[in-house]
Amino acid sequence: MIAWTIYITFAGAFGLLFMPRFFARWIALATALAGFTTSLLAFLDAPHAGSFATVVRVPWIPSLGMEFHLAADGISLTLALVTGLTAVSAVLFSWDVEQRPNEFFFWLLLVIGGSYGVFLSADLFLLFVFYELVIVPKYFLIAIWGSTNKEYGAMKLTLYSFLGGALVFLGIAAVYVTAGKGDLVAGLDLQQLSRYQFSPQFQTWAFPVMFVGFAILAGIWPLHTWAPTGHVAAPTAGSMLLAGIVMKLGAYSALRVAMNLFPDGFQMWRTWIAVLGVIGIVYAAAVALRQRDLKFVIGYSSVSHMGFVLLGLATANALGLGGAVLQMFSHGVIAALLFAVAGRMIYRRTHTRDLDTLSAMGLGRALPFAAFCFVIASAASMGIPGFSGFAAEITILLGAWKTYPVAVLVTGAGMVLVAAFTLRALKKTFFADAGSTDGETTFLSSSDGLAPITAAEKCGASLLIFATLAVGLYPKLLLDRIMPAVEALRVFKP
Amino acid sequence: MYIDLLSLALPEAIVAATALTVLALGLAHGRRVDVCSAVAAAGILFATAAVLMLPEEATLFGGMLVITPLTSLFKIICLTLAFFTIVLARGLSGRRHHGEFLALLLLATIGLMLLVGSEELLVIFIGLELTGLSLYVMAGFDKTESRSAEAGLKYFLFGSTASAFTLFGLSLIYGMSGTTSLSAIGQKLTADPILPLLAAGLVMTLIGFAFKIAAAPFHLWAPDTYQGAPVPSAAFIASGSKVASFFVLGKIVLIGFGPVHGSAAWHAMIGGWAPVLAALAALSIVVGNLVALAQSNVRRLLAYSAVAHAGYTLLGLVAGGREGFAATLFYTTIYAFTLVGAFGVVALVRRETGGDDLIHFSALWSRSPLLAGCMTIFMLSLAGLPPLAGFFGKFYLFSAALRAGGDHGLLWLVALALLGSFISLYYYLAVLKAIFVNDSEAATLDVALGRVGLTDRPQSRGLIKLDFLERATLVVLGLVVLFLGIFPDGLVTMIVASLSPLP
Repeated sequence: MIAWTIYITFAGAFGLLFMPRFFARWIALATALAGFTTSLLAFLDAPHAGSFATVVRVPWIPSLGMEFHLAADGISLTLALVTGLTAVSAVLFSWDVEQRPNEFFFWLLLVIGGSYGVFLSADLFLLFVFYELVIVPKYFLIAIWGSTNKEYGAMKLTLYSFLGGALVFLGIAAVYVTAGKGDLVAGLDLQQLSRYQFSPQFQTWAFPVMFVGFAILAGIWPLHTWAPTGHVAAPTAGSMLLAGIVMKLGAYSALRVAMNLFPDGFQMWRTWIAVLGVIGIVYAAAVALRQRDLKFVIGYSSVSHMGFVLLGLATANALGLGGAVLQMFSHGVIAALLFAVAGRMIYRRTHTRDLDTLSAMGLGRALPFAAFCFVIASAASMGIPGFSGFAAEITILLGAWKTYPVAVLVTGAGMVLVAAFTLRALKKTFFADAGSTDGETTFLSSSDGLAPITAAEKCGASLLIFATLAVGLYPKLLLDRIMPAVEALRVFKP
Repeated sequence: MYIDLLSLALPEAIVAATALTVLALGLAHGRRVDVCSAVAAAGILFATAAVLMLPEEATLFGGMLVITPLTSLFKIICLTLAFFTIVLARGLSGRRHHGEFLALLLLATIGLMLLVGSEELLVIFIGLELTGLSLYVMAGFDKTESRSAEAGLKYFLFGSTASAFTLFGLSLIYGMSGTTSLSAIGQKLTADPILPLLAAGLVMTLIGFAFKIAAAPFHLWAPDTYQGAPVPSAAFIASGSKVASFFVLGKIVLIGFGPVHGSAAWHAMIGGWAPVLAALAALSIVVGNLVALAQSNVRRLLAYSAVAHAGYTLLGLVAGGREGFAATLFYTTIYAFTLVGAFGVVALVRRETGGDDLIHFSALWSRSPLLAGCMTIFMLSLAGLPPLAGFFGKFYLFSAALRAGGDHGLLWLVALALLGSFISLYYYLAVLKAIFVNDSEAATLDVALGRVGLTDRPQSRGLIKLDFLERATLVVLGLVVLFLGIFPDGLVTMIVASLSPLP
């Protein structure tokens, strides 16, 4: 059933191209909702979340052994769920796109469909096809509908993604050749490959090539710089998808492919991953503290949060890995919400994201709903108990404590920085005492004239808030699916 | 025996007869473009049918004319490319002398078919010359434009020099082996240390082909020819001529020079032709991609990207063996179809706006969604993005190269090629950016600011009207590129299966 998420989304995307523009957003919404419902039903109805169970399996390129093979376990289902969730709210938050709407939603749905594809692929070749499919739509979304230096941001993001793709390509070709051993008909089936024993010497170089290739998309320091510029330049829905889903493509594939195929290589390099992850957490938080543009603050916070994912992956124990997957879900929801508030609720109304200008506007009174959403998202982002961010980060840190106690200490300091920049952004945006900024008492009366929050925005935001609260209060909902799948991974098998 | 020749060379004979007919028609009714085109197209279709009716396997005169499933497949591919070029040329080349143009195109096609269908050095050389001479004239066909004359002259000067090298190289090899048949040469040459004379012959032969496939450093003609020649000529030079050249180069090195393959593996270089081709490939990838970054003319950009693609395609030959050759043939085929399509779009944009700089593509999406969509497919396929043919082609090619070196010996070349295709995305996106992101005001602004000369400014802004045939051609080519990307299995199986007699 879960396979239908892919088919529906691509069918919707191509259908859109031939529809009158009036219907564009409705079709997009219907498609996203259908995908979300499918992924939700599949998630709830997953008795055997532990095994990577085949859903569809059809020969595709028999002469080279490729198959159209989809499978799902708890990890895939969790990430498909967050894809559906973010997709629906991203469409709702782009309800006001008037410029070339059909094209806009076409590219948007391609990103979503490709993401479903990556999360559900059980053939490495197929996974890579979906993975690369997502690259170009991002370029157009940003370059055409973006703001602030959009062409630069779009090109930078695309080239970084493609550089990662090239590294992965090299890794996949090497895996294909090595596992195939001269035999033409031995494909890239992930289930089979995860039982194949690659020589340690091969893993030593193939693991970093592949892991770094994927991790570029997950925003690994120091190759993270595409993320803030890209997020800032992107249109609201674009930022939501980028931070919410696309960065997870990298983290998920790093886990599913690089770590699962090369356990020895992973053991050899994991300390470095932990180091880079921790640097990412602290460095990005420190940089975020100095930003003047609200979207840059959120962009760097994304890098910081993805650092937690990398740290979780590097722990190599079930707690850390499970926490990493939980963090992927949690960050997907939180980042989408933050970008929705910053990009749609605030920027579309005030046409500025400069923190000082915003602080002079008294938005807390003018847009109470936006303030409410932003407070929730900030709290979740800081890791206040009761929100999903807390559940995820505490699990990761518990896991990390067993392997890298020092990392936990450094990360603890980093979390203070996270709280600092989040509170700073929150205060400046919504709760500034208008009189105190630069001594100017331009309490913009124009803020009274701001358009009220629309129903579409309220729906989208409520959906995301509900998700972060639900997971925060009852993380077992996800962990019941995630943990068996994580424990079944090869990393734990000698 | 001559009856055999007549029946086995029937496709070539049909094309030749068509060429003569078209020539006569063109002289009689100078301005009846459509009649000439229809006759030429019909001739191609008949020739294709004749190819399909050839026997499975046949050999005449000690390899002068060889028919295998593989040669038949590639004759059909060459004919198809010629067919698309004829359709493309219909509305484009000046209305004068259209008959002569088509006749030259058909003669070039015969040359390609000879190249594909022969395993004998003399006939191969004749094929090379027939193709080359026809293409030189086609490149300079636009008599009223100085760029076209420049294109023709450059192509001719470089081409004839390269031919001289090839001929000299072939004569050295004939001197050493005493035969002109490829398989006999293969038996005579042994894997002994390479004699200086053989090395000279080898390198000289390869130079001639490096020119044909526009591999660096023998690519200097390509940018000017691609940019200056009439668009249909450029399209055929970039597609048909390239497919046949790669095919025959593969045959020569793999059958004729098989014993002196050598090895281009990083730690275990062994003298032979493989290291030479590997060096050509590496240089082409670097030079082509880097120089393409700086281009503002789409045809020039395609020319430099063609240099880079020649480099990728050579990887398969360097790898050698059945899989490597199959990968090369697959890649060059899809590349040819992609490039004919891309040149088709360029030609139509040029017809409407009077130029083919990036600026002329501004806001193309609003003027013709069809052209914009097709160009997107072609560019992204060239960049190697899924689900388009270029992606699968690259995967097939690179995995073949990795498999061949033994312990990933060719990893360095594959990594370089991947780096190259990473760079290439930038300039392909630059074309798409002009099409989808720039608006026509930006172009006007560029003119106003003097960034672009007034004469180069796009001439019209309205919707671009295409007639049915133009639409159909582009849609078909776009679908072919998409289809071969999603379902490459058919073509791969066909090539691999028909390659089985080869080593």
